[in-house]
Amino acid sequence: MADKVLMKGNEALAEAAIMAGCRHYFGYPITPQTEVAAYLAKRMPQIGGTFLQAESEVAAINMVIGVASAGKRVMTSSSSPGISLKSEGISYLAGCDLPALIVNVQRGGPGLGGIQPSQSDYFQATRGAGHGDFRMLVLAPASVQEMASLVFKGFDLADKYRMTTMILADGTMGQMMEPVSLDMGEVKAYDKPWAVTGTKGERTHNIVNSLSLLPEELEQWNIKRYAMYKEIEENEAMYEEFMADDADIVVVAFGVAARVARNAIVAAREKGIKAGMIRPITLWPFPKKVLFEKAKTAKAFISVELNMGQMIEDVELAIRCSRPVTLCSRTGGMIPTPEQVLQSIEEAAAKNGGDK
Amino acid sequence: MKRVTLFSGHYGSGKTNIAVNYALGLKKEGLKTLIADLDIVNPYFRTRDSEKALKDAGVEIVVSSYANTNVDVPALPEEMYRIIDDKQTHAVVDVGGDDRGALALGRLAPSLMAEDDYEMVFVMNFYRPLTRTADQLISVLREVETASGMKVTALLNNSNLGQMTAVSDIAETDALAREVSEKTNLPLLGTTVREDLINEIKGKVVHPMPIRLHFRDEWAIY
Repeated sequence: MADKVLMKGNEALAEAAIMAGCRHYFGYPITPQTEVAAYLAKRMPQIGGTFLQAESEVAAINMVIGVASAGKRVMTSSSSPGISLKSEGISYLAGCDLPALIVNVQRGGPGLGGIQPSQSDYFQATRGAGHGDFRMLVLAPASVQEMASLVFKGFDLADKYRMTTMILADGTMGQMMEPVSLDMGEVKAYDKPWAVTGTKGERTHNIVNSLSLLPEELEQWNIKRYAMYKEIEENEAMYEEFMADDADIVVVAFGVAARVARNAIVAAREKGIKAGMIRPITLWPFPKKVLFEKAKTAKAFISVELNMGQMIEDVELAIRCSRPVTLCSRTGGMIPTPEQVLQSIEEAAAKNGGDK
Repeated sequence: MKRVTLFSGHYGSGKTNIAVNYALGLKKEGLKTLIADLDIVNPYFRTRDSEKALKDAGVEIVVSSYANTNVDVPALPEEMYRIIDDKQTHAVVDVGGDDRGALALGRLAPSLMAEDDYEMVFVMNFYRPLTRTADQLISVLREVETASGMKVTALLNNSNLGQMTAVSDIAETDALAREVSEKTNLPLLGTTVREDLINEIKGKVVHPMPIRLHFRDEWAIY
């Protein structure tokens, strides 16, 4: 029984962070991610790490900036309203070119909203996690196993590009329990010559800040970052295909929505409709290329989401609006049923001539 | 059989599912039964998820009106005193997980101990990350006892990996369950197993007991 554990998504991501070498966690409780903090409060002292419940989300994200500046792996986690509070610090992380991992286990919004699962922070994560010109790597797990493996991957990408990675999970992923294998492989070490670690009088000091005194300089920093973002868009997009080879109707869904959609696609195939799915694993960079290619043969697309329609805009952009894209969604903490997704598939097939 | 059965254990060990199964079992025996949910920590996966099955069977439910809503507060059910006052009814109590969850039980502890007609069962799942060994499990058990002010009286091995649990997965935990029983001097009541696996597991674990899984499954298959 050595290699099998039954874990909640929140626990799996916390343990994976430890395995990825993260020894510093700063957080503040909020449902549905509180188990991350509860788990790390027990585990960090056992391994000589730091668990600190900050006085607020704003304090926690500023502690993250401190540890990241010192070149150590660091994580904070929260749920939707708490991420909004962290947004100033997220922008500062980008302005300082600091690697860090931020977890958002989303709940329904806007405002205080509710505590049931949601994906309505898609825009916030992929467009506006803070002020200024910047991007953030955004990974969307669809299983407890991926809650662990994407944390591992997220830390690696963060160090590789000196960027913030966000794990954009939904409440379901945080709360559900599944067997997990925690065999994550080797942690890749990165040199961090820029880190503020003390000079011992032997070198000139490093400076980590996000203030540029000259507009010309600030413009150049932004241009340089965007050149790197372009490289990331070329190389780092991740997705999973499901029955998509010959699909007339292509469902695009991530997180728990992809699990629901998968059941609907199997049911549609049984009814003779060629349905399939592209499941984005990275929401930024969005897997544009594969969708653009699919649009050459597919007849219609359906975006399945737990919000009022946010990712659908990226689907339309990716395929240059060359095919109809419809939305199948629930919001406010509700989850679409496989029957609802199947109905959307059947409607799209009837309207756009998907083979029966 | 005792009038009150308390199910305590580590967070996520399967207490709620066991309590629901046990309450339905008592009702089947023709006993007047109520199930009480004393969880003040977790707003999800509550007794109320099985409300229909329980009500259809005639089991009374004592649960906070805020469970399974957006009101995320550590509220106890208004009718919780029925557990100690209603002596004509068998009470099945779903205690919250870990020491923090068991704290609320402390309020009822003096009455329960004065009546002395209860069993406190500790539910064990050795596949949960913080109770992988007998010693880890015993330390959680002691924390629960301290928080609730009550002593555990029996053990139940509910080791599982969710829906994917195989007979061998359960059988491999039998030695650990026996070890906890020996070290604590507490009786091991048995080992739970999904009802369709009951014939396969016979002879491999201490007293196999069939259970039915009560959970939401719209997104379970992947």
